[in-house]
Amino acid sequence: MPNIVIDGQKIETAAGKTVIEAAYENGMQITHFCWHPELSISGNCRMCLVEIGMPKRMPDGSIQNDNEGNPVISYFPKLQIACATTIAEGMHINTKKDNVVKAQEAVMEFLLINHPLDCPICDEAGQCKLQEYGYKYSKGESRFEEEKVHAPKHQSWGPTIVFDAERCIKCSRCIRFGQEVAKQDVLTFVNRGDHVKIELFEGTQFDNPYSMNVIDICPVGALTSKDFRFKSRVWDMSFNDSICPGCARGCNIKIGVRNNEILRIEPRTNPYVNKYWMCDYGRLSQYKFVNEDRVTEPMIRWKDELIPCSWDEAYAKAEESLKKFMPEEIMFIGSGRTANEGNYILSKFAMEVIKSENIDLFSDIDESFKDDFLKVSDKKPNCRGAVEVGIIPEKNGVKVQNLHDKMRFKNIKAIYIITDQIVQFRPILDEIDDLELLIVHAYNLTSLTKKADIVFAASTYAEIEGTYVNVDKRVQHLTPALVTAENLRFMGMKMSRLDKFGASNDRWTQHKLRNTLPHWKILTKLAEQFNVKWNYKSAKDVFKEITEKIPSFAGMTYEKLDEYQGLTLGKAEQPDPKVINYESHVMKPN
Amino acid sequence: MNITKNTENDRMNFWEKIYLPEIARGMGLTLKQVFKPKFTRQYPEEVWNPEGSYRGRPVLVKEEGERCVACGLCSRVCPALAIEVQASETEKDKERYPVKFEINMLRCIFCGFCEEVCPEEAIVMSKDYHLVFQSQEEAILGKDKLEVPIAKLQDRLEFLRQYR
Repeated sequence: MPNIVIDGQKIETAAGKTVIEAAYENGMQITHFCWHPELSISGNCRMCLVEIGMPKRMPDGSIQNDNEGNPVISYFPKLQIACATTIAEGMHINTKKDNVVKAQEAVMEFLLINHPLDCPICDEAGQCKLQEYGYKYSKGESRFEEEKVHAPKHQSWGPTIVFDAERCIKCSRCIRFGQEVAKQDVLTFVNRGDHVKIELFEGTQFDNPYSMNVIDICPVGALTSKDFRFKSRVWDMSFNDSICPGCARGCNIKIGVRNNEILRIEPRTNPYVNKYWMCDYGRLSQYKFVNEDRVTEPMIRWKDELIPCSWDEAYAKAEESLKKFMPEEIMFIGSGRTANEGNYILSKFAMEVIKSENIDLFSDIDESFKDDFLKVSDKKPNCRGAVEVGIIPEKNGVKVQNLHDKMRFKNIKAIYIITDQIVQFRPILDEIDDLELLIVHAYNLTSLTKKADIVFAASTYAEIEGTYVNVDKRVQHLTPALVTAENLRFMGMKMSRLDKFGASNDRWTQHKLRNTLPHWKILTKLAEQFNVKWNYKSAKDVFKEITEKIPSFAGMTYEKLDEYQGLTLGKAEQPDPKVINYESHVMKPN
Repeated sequence: MNITKNTENDRMNFWEKIYLPEIARGMGLTLKQVFKPKFTRQYPEEVWNPEGSYRGRPVLVKEEGERCVACGLCSRVCPALAIEVQASETEKDKERYPVKFEINMLRCIFCGFCEEVCPEEAIVMSKDYHLVFQSQEEAILGKDKLEVPIAKLQDRLEFLRQYR
């Protein structure tokens, strides 16, 4: 393993690494625009120029030392780019010396010559790498008095992306992403010098399923999202860590929220799951159902109509209705969209309170959705976890495959379901009208919710704390991003700026807080109606019990899950090694 | 410590005790003021027109189009969180415009930071100090009430240019 010295700090790293890699893996930042750990090296931004030297050698090959016994370093006459220089034994690297700083300032000045500096109208402002470096590594003034090069500002690159050629600094990250990660090679440089620009091949669009990742890796605001464009400034938003519920891959995400509304979803780095990427489907489809058309309070059916009621009324009604049936006439249906905590309590409720053995869940396997990168065929984020915590029929229990028949022959008269979507199971949906009792934990007013007798308003993935188990059996922690009446106090300073400091007479706080509860809380309160007392104060308590009762979860805690970015089922004691996650730039809000 | 003792010398004499000379002196002063020029303004009949440097109600400058590009810097810098901006996209050159721009005048503290930070010189402090509201809702001014033609704001814009 070669020993190198960066800014006087001795480092030992694996051979074959580049200088910039060795630096960031040891917690040091070397300024750069075009380099990205997952993409090939192009070395065209020149921002990572550093001074590199090797120990001077005597004619016999031994290292020449000075009077104090330190090796004499002979530096290369010109600065080298750290992203394309491989480390060698004894290499000395200076990133903060005067000539390096001068080179950085010069490169910044060059990059800013043709950059329009329209930060006030640019979506990237506030999380822009060029802006950040502009403050940190630039003189802050330009000697360029001539007219800037103008280029088209609003080019559509496909269904999701807008390209602003003026803002582009030609780092080629998007070109390389298209070639290497998304495998859609449609972008290229054309022309030379200050007329160089990135263009799509004629008649093509940048429309691959992972296209929107270029928005995140673009160091400037040249690529912006059509979906998000101008919705909010980033500094007005809060970003909380969560897990994408789009499929069983469980990509790590950050949920961007302002005014208690999800405005966008962006990937969070997890080297063991999704690296730096996520699919457009997850980004675009997983927030609208949280924002719109929500069930905001519990409801009871009264003469063909669902009437809003208080939680206590709903619990009392549910208890009264459930007691009319024999335990084996009630079917409990868990959900692959719900966190383990909710499913575990449902299973416990069915077994201990109702004593029914009929517990199962609907899976949603779509082979056409699958690809060889991130997307998997299981379109529910937590089916494996649900099965693991007990959403599986006991030996005499009814399975969902038989449910249709059992309903027809009136063996099952009541269904308690903690999801609101079984659209793909049409026959069951038709039979549901004949059910005597249907209790739904609902997020949205779906066709299933509308048929329910009792509706409990449930919190979505963006409003709860919990855990998902992904397709590779990795348990991952999700934290709430939105405020409900229930988690208001927990959220506290995690809310966006305006939400935090809004008063009751501010317009932006006028939206009503949703009176929803997490599944485990609804079921715990309902169990209380049956005179069964469970002492869960938070999702943490439920997870603690899961780790005690279910061996594969043993040894896990929320803190440990955060620390190691998820743990594999049954392997809590052998976590994946911790690595320093590469952050393209650090001056992001939150 | 300096404690005044109630000695014979400190006590008031007869003339001082009856106060009459002092009252006469006071009345004399009052009489003198009657003949001096008056400073009182008969507000609201007589309205005061402040200088360009006066920081009244913040307003949006209205030219042919609107200057504001909804960058949100005023909202960010506002120490009292009085400003709420929602941007949207337009076909025009500037790409961006405020679809909603609201200033809560109950929150505004007239510090002028919004004006100082504005990159487009779109929000300026006007001379308007007649701020009367009959409800909290009324105090939240939307774009319709905030936009003021540029001709009315010349004094302020000139003042700003002097110090830029």
